[in-house]
Amino acid sequence: MTVSLADWFREAANWAFMIIAIPTLFAGWRTVTSNNIVRAVLYLVVSLAGTAALFIMLGAEFVGWTVVLVYIGAVIILFLIGIMITRAPLGVDADLSHARNVRTPAAVLGVLLFAVIGYAVIDAFENSMIEPFEPTATADLANLLFSRWVIPFEVVSFVLLAALIGGIALARKDDNGAQR
Amino acid sequence: MTIIQFVLLGTALFSMGLYGVITRKNAVLVLASVELMLAAVNINLVSFDAYLADQLHAGQMLALFVIALAAAEVGIGIAIVLMIYRNRQTADVDALSEMKG
Repeated sequence: MTVSLADWFREAANWAFMIIAIPTLFAGWRTVTSNNIVRAVLYLVVSLAGTAALFIMLGAEFVGWTVVLVYIGAVIILFLIGIMITRAPLGVDADLSHARNVRTPAAVLGVLLFAVIGYAVIDAFENSMIEPFEPTATADLANLLFSRWVIPFEVVSFVLLAALIGGIALARKDDNGAQR
Repeated sequence: MTIIQFVLLGTALFSMGLYGVITRKNAVLVLASVELMLAAVNINLVSFDAYLADQLHAGQMLALFVIALAAAEVGIGIAIVLMIYRNRQTADVDALSEMKG
């Protein structure tokens, strides 16, 4: 069974996908090219919000809202704090990216990566439809998290503890630096 | 909905993140590009979770773990950038070239 482009556009969910995907891609592009550091980080917000919307579209409500809380709520704030602490110029700054002699090979590499993965995916999953599904209930996800996935969960919590201690140890003002 | 539309979107975001990691000079923006790559991986995981109708929801679980680890990574990354800025008054990754032979 092949899906023609006309059939594809007949499905309402695909229109929703396009409405989400185009701003996501545009914001991702501006994140890596913008000459204004604050705008680049704020475009990252749009891009991550787009991924959260896609997760909700795919029935992964809990993951979607976790992205909103953790990424948009916390990680972006960390980025903005990092920008402010390092006193980055807040206006337009041409020195945020490399010159053309680095940009061109990087663009070629990105396009090549997209072409290779895209070809492999289209070759393997051509016309594979996502069957209609029920949204994943958060209670089911919680039951699985504390039964089948409990060991990875504990490992992640340990990693977070290590990152917390490491962050404090790194960023702490060193009062007696001579003794280190 | 086909699976490839989601995977291609993830691939495009991942390629953009790769481009950003290579071309950006400011360390904070390099970290932001890494976040873009991790978000692309999450799209991949969640879309295959829906495609395979996995009873164990391995894709969504892995996406949650990736989100948690990305948050930890940004915390440590910003702390390291802060240390570098405190010692050298710069956040430019090109300025840190002492290890070059």
